Amino acid sequence: MMTNVGNRVTQGQFSFLPPLTDKQISAQIKYALKNGWAIGVEYTDDPHPRNTYWEMFGNPMFDLKDPAGILSEINDCRKTYPNHYIRVTAFNSTRGVESPTMSYIVNRPKNEPGFRLDRQETDGRCVRYTIHSYATDKPEAERY
Amino acid sequence: MSQEIKGKERYKSGVIPYKKMGYWDADYVPKETDIIALFRITPQEGVDHEEAAAAVAGESSTATWTVVWTDRLTACELYRAKAYRSDPVPNTGPGTKTEQQYFAYIAYDLDLFEPGSIANLTASIIGNVFGFKAVKALRLEDMHIPVAYLKTFQGPATGVVVERERLDKFGRPLLGATTKPKLGLSGRNYGRVVYEGLKGGLDFMKDDENINSQPFMHWRDRFLYCMEAVNRASAATGEVKGHYLNVTAGTMEDMYERAEFAKSLGSVIVMIDLVIGYTAIQSMAKWARKNDMILHLHRAGNSTYSRQKNHGMNFRVICKWMRMAGVDHIHAGTVVGKLEGDPLMIKGFYDTLRETNTKTSLEHGLFFDQDWASLNKVMPVASGGIHAGQMHQLLDYLGEDVILQFGGGTIGHPMGIQAGAVANRVALEAMVMARNEGRDYVKEGPQILEAAAKWCTPLKQALDTWKDITFNYESTDTADFVPSTTANV
Repeated sequence: MMTNVGNRVTQGQFSFLPPLTDKQISAQIKYALKNGWAIGVEYTDDPHPRNTYWEMFGNPMFDLKDPAGILSEINDCRKTYPNHYIRVTAFNSTRGVESPTMSYIVNRPKNEPGFRLDRQETDGRCVRYTIHSYATDKPEAERY
Repeated sequence: MSQEIKGKERYKSGVIPYKKMGYWDADYVPKETDIIALFRITPQEGVDHEEAAAAVAGESSTATWTVVWTDRLTACELYRAKAYRSDPVPNTGPGTKTEQQYFAYIAYDLDLFEPGSIANLTASIIGNVFGFKAVKALRLEDMHIPVAYLKTFQGPATGVVVERERLDKFGRPLLGATTKPKLGLSGRNYGRVVYEGLKGGLDFMKDDENINSQPFMHWRDRFLYCMEAVNRASAATGEVKGHYLNVTAGTMEDMYERAEFAKSLGSVIVMIDLVIGYTAIQSMAKWARKNDMILHLHRAGNSTYSRQKNHGMNFRVICKWMRMAGVDHIHAGTVVGKLEGDPLMIKGFYDTLRETNTKTSLEHGLFFDQDWASLNKVMPVASGGIHAGQMHQLLDYLGEDVILQFGGGTIGHPMGIQAGAVANRVALEAMVMARNEGRDYVKEGPQILEAAAKWCTPLKQALDTWKDITFNYESTDTADFVPSTTANV
């Protein structure tokens, strides 16, 4: 179990708040749509802080402007991967940004084992650090 | 109209007024490639304001105090800066508490400046003129930098967009804290503060401007303990974390050595102080771009010349130069904290750092349209006397692309540093969520915080401790402008 506040991975915009309800998720979807951002749903079983490319649950929904439709995509992903990390990302294509502008976690495994810090002592007192995701000790798809 | 004397008369040995030497031309229309500087001039008694403006133009470009025939060996008319406009500053002069001042616009040809060199640009613009006897006081208020000149600068090594991608943090301000006490901690004790803050929920911890390599803690010790803290906190939370390792030192060689060591330890960010000078800053920006490093700048020293309204330079000009020089972070004010900052002025600074294009806005102290020519955006840092209870105001005034640094507001928490960090992070996330939901979060801010404090004890303790702390002093630096009474002017 993780020992930080909340005993959980704290990536994303809202990880310090209680888990988001469908109503709260819908409000965030509406905010993204109002700004003209496309929403994508991604999942992973390796929450390493530098694991950038979570699996896409389909392409970002550039043409779907209906919050209820987007919420149902999110919930489909939750049903398919109930024990994965799932995040909702909003993509802003405006010149000068062209990057994600929102990202928040909407699903987590029941148990979050967290990470081990490996230290390799090198020259002098220098240490090379490696963050090891416990979940990845098992093969993909068998981790949680 | 130009009052320039031409031909043989112009080059007779002796002294003639600057205005007549060709440094004043009311008909001059700036070229698209000109650099324009706007000065606030307080002329000496008896000196005509146009002559004062011409003198500033002259002394910041080609002139000396007397006529020299060697001008005639050059295309001297091109190289002369031209003062082309001088307006009385509103609310100065007879009947007010302030001596009469003028806003003078001066245009400089692009070829007066070396490409890609802040040092060269500033050697002209602020090099000699500020001690010039014809003006009683002089302040550089703003500059327009043409795209042609901007394109000769690297700009921010990383920029806001790439910084967020590297840190994997989107859609909310970042959170930081400066390690306190800023002087005296041993490396081991110092790293403890870093670990606690980061594990509690901050994204960054920070060295202060004057922590370099002192008898109580030498730099290598600090770097080693801080990186142990950063990596432990990262493993404990699953987030990318950082500590601004201040590499400021007495020589460039020392700074490069410290920066290389920070890199070898896996730090995502290094830090420098404004006092190292423009060339050193540009060198570090190039180093940072080459080494995938975010570059944090502390504006140490700026208030010695940016705070007084009649003399020195406005901080917005520093913002412009630093975006060109290539830093990724700069301290730019909090509005609500303990340091100087009028809300409208601060908006002008933030826009200068973060926008791709800023429009003239006298209200915000922006005198020119400025196209930033795709130079990366700089992340402003709000630091100094802010706390969780002000979260709604901070989000409203400063927006999303900003680092909120709660030093005392984290480390001074009654239940400890981690609790302080938790309080700040919960307050921030609750406020961002409320804003996105379309709530009137500025008005309802205190209620939003109270609601979160019901389930988050550290936030409740923070609010109870600092609830009534404000710093409501009058700003010394505000915009001087007369709101236009007619539309379409």
